[in-house]
Amino acid sequence: MGRYVLRRLLQMVPVFVGTTFLIYALVWAVPGDPFEGKCGERDCPDAYVAMMRDRFNLDDPLLLQYWKYLVNLVQGDFGVTSSGVQVVDRIVTAFPVTLKLALVALLIEAVIGITAGVVSGLRNRGFLDSLVLVSTLFLISIPVFVTGYVVQLVFGLQLGWIAPTVTTPSFGNLIVPGFVLASLSMAYVARLSRASIAENRRADYVRTALAKGLPTRRVVGVHLLRNSLIPVITFLGTDLGAFLGGAIVTEGIFNVPGVGGLVFRSILTKDGAMVTGVVTVLVLVYLLMTLLVDLLYAVLDPRIRYD
Amino acid sequence: MLLEVEDLHVEFRTRDGVARVLNGVSYRVSAGETLAVLGESGSGKSVTAHAIMGILDTPPAFVTRGSVRFHGEELLSASAERRRSVRAEGVAMIFQDALSALNPVFTVGFQIEEQLRVRRGMSRAEARARAIELLDLVRIPAARQRVREYPHQFSGGMRQRAMIAMSLALDPEVLIADEPTTALDVTVQAQIMDLLAEIQRERQMGLVLITHDLGVVAEVADRIVVMYAGRIVEQADTVSLFRSPGHPYTAALMRSLPRLDSKGTALETIRGLPPSLLRIPSGCPFHPRCPRAEDVCVSDVPGAVRLGFGRTSACHFAEEVVGGFGG
Repeated sequence: MGRYVLRRLLQMVPVFVGTTFLIYALVWAVPGDPFEGKCGERDCPDAYVAMMRDRFNLDDPLLLQYWKYLVNLVQGDFGVTSSGVQVVDRIVTAFPVTLKLALVALLIEAVIGITAGVVSGLRNRGFLDSLVLVSTLFLISIPVFVTGYVVQLVFGLQLGWIAPTVTTPSFGNLIVPGFVLASLSMAYVARLSRASIAENRRADYVRTALAKGLPTRRVVGVHLLRNSLIPVITFLGTDLGAFLGGAIVTEGIFNVPGVGGLVFRSILTKDGAMVTGVVTVLVLVYLLMTLLVDLLYAVLDPRIRYD
Repeated sequence: MLLEVEDLHVEFRTRDGVARVLNGVSYRVSAGETLAVLGESGSGKSVTAHAIMGILDTPPAFVTRGSVRFHGEELLSASAERRRSVRAEGVAMIFQDALSALNPVFTVGFQIEEQLRVRRGMSRAEARARAIELLDLVRIPAARQRVREYPHQFSGGMRQRAMIAMSLALDPEVLIADEPTTALDVTVQAQIMDLLAEIQRERQMGLVLITHDLGVVAEVADRIVVMYAGRIVEQADTVSLFRSPGHPYTAALMRSLPRLDSKGTALETIRGLPPSLLRIPSGCPFHPRCPRAEDVCVSDVPGAVRLGFGRTSACHFAEEVVGGFGG
């Protein structure tokens, strides 16, 4: 296991360099001077543009620029934006909000998705089964921005049950955005657990557990669930990785000050330092989440060994 | 009587129609007796066992008629709770393919111990100690270490031993072994059969041995029932059945066995295929494949003909067949 983790961590280095280089090149090597539009109606003074080009090493060849960026990055220096804000400061304020939103969404997705899936998987072809199939199909068909605006309009404005936008990102305030963010994956989790339960329900080891005279709730709750939830839990892990990358649409609709919004605004304002900084963090988080999910697999299924 | 099955009818209600899987199966097992249930795949051997255990997949399987009695107590109409309490403690069962029958994500120890903890209220430590004893009993080497291993870490024979240990946890009075050696190497098969026979003798259990292997049957069974298309076509004690089969199907099965005294001749096979249970032939279900079928076999279902010594055969010509006129 230790060797496997080490190998995986080493594999991350080229992936990390590759992805960050790609982002860096996409942001800084596009045609047009990134500082020409920064001074409102007038053209920026030559002195300002020259200073900025110097600060961001834009006169160096691309590879050298990237090398300098990478060297700073490894030392923990994410650089400053064109307006002089420390990139790392903004990430540190935005990331916890995204983390909270992601955890809320994950919890909702797991609890509702798994419950619906298990219940319908156990009663193949009943009313509940059809209900779950139809409602998940419905959720899968609707884009998140529709769900988001409808929920905001109905519960926020017409019924007034919730504040239409998130003012302070507490767990309570993030429930509704979390629900919207989770809705699509929740449907997938429900269908995945349903299929998994239905498939394993007639497995030989379930029959053995019955033959041992165990109570039904133990046969289902221990033997059937433990096996059926392996694919579901790994799906949830990957999904958490995706949530942590920020939810541009959901955060935008509910005005959640998270990473997704930060990236979005930085792209609009052509704030290259911020975009590369945030995306670099997201790449790291995603790589680590993927590793965690793979390790989780081995924990859940003893047949999987990594050495 | 320890375990009695009487006139058991089971049908599978499928989309293609109703498959009559069991059509009046009766057999009985007493303490210390080994009963072999012999038949091809699809003859209803396993379904009978599942019906006794109450672990049929319902739907599609439904018991439509008959009786299953344990110490004279009717099980089919008993409460779910009562049936559950008979499982493993009264009648235990081991399955053919131990790899799929054991849960892959729990240790072998856990799977033995959970019955002891749930059903006997033992503590974890007590149950662990008992599990090690049981693994020792079925001669798994280094039981103390292996109790912590998962089924996939066991070899095929060891897995089947572990399953036997699991079935013995609650000291059952009857053990149903459903093709316990079919998935194993020939050398390992003999070891497992010896182990089962020995345990059966020591504990004076009733053993129901489901198999399609006449060789296995000959060595350990006291009595044999032969099943075909969901019916019992013949039942007899092992010695007389091997000496003179009382049903053309049994006779044909025996002729399809390789023998030491007839080297060099081609093995006989039974022509045709077992019938579809959706459309069981009229009269005697074996008549389309039977070498001596006559008109009466097509029109009338044969009843069980008594042949003496407690033998029966469901053949219109049972006396002639057993008398050696061939089948």
